[in-house]
Amino acid sequence: MIEHVDLSQVNWARAQFALTAMYHWIFVPLTLGLSVLLAFFHSIYVKTGNEEWKRLTKFWMTLFAINFAIGIATGIILEFQFGTNWSNYSWMVGDIFGAPLAAEGIFAFFLEATFFAVMFFGWNRVSKGFHLFSTWMVAIGSNLSALWILVANGWMQYPIGMQFNPDSARFEMQNFWEILFSPVAISKFTHATSSSFQMASLFVVGISSWYLLKGRHQLMAKRSIVVASVLGILASGYVAFTGDEAAYSVANKQPMKLAAMEGLYDGEKGASIAAMGIVNNAKEPGDKQDAFLFDVKIPGLLSLLANREFGSFVPGINDLVFGNKEQGIVGADERIAKGKMAIEHLTVYKEAQKHGYAVQAEQALNEFNKYKDDIGYGYLNKPADIVPPVATTFYAFHIMVILGTIFPLVFLLFLIFIKKGTLHSHRWLLNLGLACLPLGYIATEAGWVVAEVGRQPWAIQGLLPVSVANTNLTTGTVQTSFFMFFALFTVLLIAEIKIMLTQIKNGPEEN
Amino acid sequence: MIGQLDLSTLQHIWWIITSLVGSLFLFLTFVQGGQTLLLTLAKGDDEKSLVVNSLGTKWEITFTTLVLFGGALFAAFPKFYATSFGGAYWVWMLILFTFIIQAVSYEFRKKPNNFLGTTVYDVFLFINGSVGILLIGTAIGTFFTGSAFVLNEFNQVTWQTPLRGLEAAFNFFNLSMGLFFVFLARTLGAMYFVNNIDHDRLTEKSRRSAWVNFLVSLPFLLYVLISLLVMKGFAINPETGEVFMQKGKYLMNLFGCPVTLILLLIGLILVIYGVAVTYVQRKDHGIWFSGVGTVFTGLAIFFLAAFNNTPFYPSTADLQSSLSIANASSSHYTLTAMTYIALAIPFVLGYIVYVWKLMNIKKLSLADVTSDDKAY
Ligand code: HDD
Ligand code: HEM
Ligand code: HEM
Repeated sequence: MIEHVDLSQVNWARAQFALTAMYHWIFVPLTLGLSVLLAFFHSIYVKTGNEEWKRLTKFWMTLFAINFAIGIATGIILEFQFGTNWSNYSWMVGDIFGAPLAAEGIFAFFLEATFFAVMFFGWNRVSKGFHLFSTWMVAIGSNLSALWILVANGWMQYPIGMQFNPDSARFEMQNFWEILFSPVAISKFTHATSSSFQMASLFVVGISSWYLLKGRHQLMAKRSIVVASVLGILASGYVAFTGDEAAYSVANKQPMKLAAMEGLYDGEKGASIAAMGIVNNAKEPGDKQDAFLFDVKIPGLLSLLANREFGSFVPGINDLVFGNKEQGIVGADERIAKGKMAIEHLTVYKEAQKHGYAVQAEQALNEFNKYKDDIGYGYLNKPADIVPPVATTFYAFHIMVILGTIFPLVFLLFLIFIKKGTLHSHRWLLNLGLACLPLGYIATEAGWVVAEVGRQPWAIQGLLPVSVANTNLTTGTVQTSFFMFFALFTVLLIAEIKIMLTQIKNGPEEN
Repeated sequence: MIGQLDLSTLQHIWWIITSLVGSLFLFLTFVQGGQTLLLTLAKGDDEKSLVVNSLGTKWEITFTTLVLFGGALFAAFPKFYATSFGGAYWVWMLILFTFIIQAVSYEFRKKPNNFLGTTVYDVFLFINGSVGILLIGTAIGTFFTGSAFVLNEFNQVTWQTPLRGLEAAFNFFNLSMGLFFVFLARTLGAMYFVNNIDHDRLTEKSRRSAWVNFLVSLPFLLYVLISLLVMKGFAINPETGEVFMQKGKYLMNLFGCPVTLILLLIGLILVIYGVAVTYVQRKDHGIWFSGVGTVFTGLAIFFLAAFNNTPFYPSTADLQSSLSIANASSSHYTLTAMTYIALAIPFVLGYIVYVWKLMNIKKLSLADVTSDDKAY
């Protein structure tokens, strides 16, 4: 469709999306999780009528509001960026992709925006009951917004419920429910929300630990820790479970991503999981080098994870690039050839349509339909193009999983020692709690890197490579807006962190 | 029932829904208008706090309405979304910028150690209210004056000017549209303060400000209206689908579609009535008349641009690339699914109105602001 793709432009547009998405995601998980914790805190206050709990609720609410504002500021860019930087994408998939985005606005964003004002300013203006209701609505609204955007994202990872329309040259929706209840969307939603609860719990535990280390606001800190650790430990179980589900769906729907997550080049039966390793950056698909400079493997586990069956076959990068007859895997070269056929017949079809040659058009359409499933591959140049950046995907995945194993233990220790009443004397644990605060951010960002970098080169898995999804802009234009966002967001992030730290330092106001 | 609607009906329904969201946004820009008044109208810390806190409970609704406007366009008219946002790149970028800086300003402006200082955040609010609204107005102006783009057979957009949309601001018609919206927003903002704030001096000044800003907006409004009546418009030949230029096209639309004419007339009368009630009769509820009037006027503008065989996003560079509700919309299936989703809109409007009333039973007074530790 586009004859000569300006790759540096595409890459700047990708960088811009990555930058703005990752900034947005600094604030989103805290909004998702802290809104739920606020609802718990607020409920306890209303139930007990204890002013201490009100003070506690208000304190965390202040931090929430600071985070929320900048979350909104970064979100609007993402929404419009689909149009500005990925206009071809917007046209080709707008029929499917736009609907969840609009639903998100109608169902979720207005809940958040309307009830946020009540939650924040309603202390003396509305009844206690309605006020509490509003706090819950903010929590529900935030998490609903996660649902819709993740449905959209899930569809990009696993496009279903639609069909290509050769006349308009775009994808059109066939089944809304299939898209909404896609297994990938469900596993994304459950994993992203539960991991956000976990991350927000770490945030609360971390800051509370700092107060205990300083010997300030001890009662408030301990109460916060109890609630957050309980949510945190429950969320942790969920995170591991849904993460495993996510990996299972990746194995089925995006085998290349799974291979990259594990650095698996040669597929095998009874494949093992790399517990940790150092990736060999010189390794290319098809060569004889080792994939790792050093690694620790757990035998057989990957097959279990991917197919729920020990000893089953897990395809590696080489199998997917070059094909594997034995396992019935079609190689990328063959799919590229078919994709090019599809594009060729589509062009003939359009020409024939234009001139009104009905017979020719129908012939071309029949030919096109034979190859259309591989149309996306037709835009690639060589088989190895289907391999995402292996090292980035591998490291991000392993960092996330290792941290995901540590976090529940930390929550557990906090609960044990608080039960014993000896928490304040275990300074090492308080320090660990504080250290887990940034680690929570790292884990959650790493998750998106796995999901998105592992999806390359596709904007829509198998159908639309990023190189044809973009807008016809010059590199300079995209570069300029990239640096504008970079500068602006960085300034705002610095302001946010300064304000946040000052609020924490000042602590809950003594009423 | 929704399942039985044909494509053209659905396209019309979705243009109406999108227009409604856009018009509600125009009304809600009283927040932006109010922000521009912050620097001139409010003197001293007390008045400033009142103004900011009064807007502070509403700005997110405006913001979210803009977000929904974008989302609705994406879902219902993806070709417009792709063409306009990808094409008129810099206009949209700048508009977005002014909304990013707005979103943080309320929360950050008074917080200790806020890095940029209160004044900078107040300037951010001013930029959002002035530049942001002006550019949105000029972008709406291009519905009538057209833009320089070409679409190829795969509907990929090529923009013909290096300014990528900013050139719209150099057209006198677009500029007038923009300035009209800026001063209308200021008028509405002042009326909102009259309605929402309990402070004699500020209320008095706001009444006057509503009047003055309305007077300033009038010449721009008149210029826009007269131009619309006499200018050449973009028209679609219903038989061939061909786009051509037609004399008095928008005048014909006005009379060809009486609803539009009625909306426009009632809308303008309501706006004027609201201002008069506020300034002459010293009443506090003028905002509601002018608000409804703004929504009606907005609807009329959007309908004028798209109904009656008119391309709402015309191209001056290549007439046949122009976008209409017929050729820019989503598929029948998607529009149907979205129409079911849209059934939720009345409920959403319902709870917004309910909460709004609940929060505004009592006017905002200085005592409220000073006693509330959460105040902005
Ligand atoms: C899993 C959750 C999640 C994910 C993946 C995203 N967002 Fe987000 N978004 C939220 C969860 C969220 C939220 C929690 O609801 C926010 C964050 C802070 C806030 O106030 O609301 C939000 C705010 C927010 C806003 C401002 C809403 C308002 O007016 O209140 C917009 C326009 C977007 N987002 C758009 C996007 C787009 C286009 C995304 C993807 C490319 C995206 N978000 C990813
Ligand atoms: C908020 C969390 C998200 C983060 C942190 C994130 C991260 C990233 C990253 C790192 C990239 C760049 C990948 C690369 O080019 O190597 C990217 C690209 C992209 N992501 Fe996401 N993503 C997020 C959410 C989403 C969602 C929810 C969607 C869709 C609804 C989405 C759609 C895209 C698109 C269209 C691109 C650009 C094309 C591409 O490079 O693949 N992202 N994202
Ligand atoms: C316990 C071990 C964990 C496992 C097995 C796991 C597994 C996964 C997998 C396979 C994906 C990729 C899904 C895809 O590409 O579609 C993913 C994504 C993600 N992970 Fe994890 N994860 C774990 C822990 C965590 C933790 C601790 C966090 C953060 C606190 C986290 C946050 C995320 C996020 C935000 C994403 C991107 C959204 C998504 O794709 O659902 N994960 N995880």
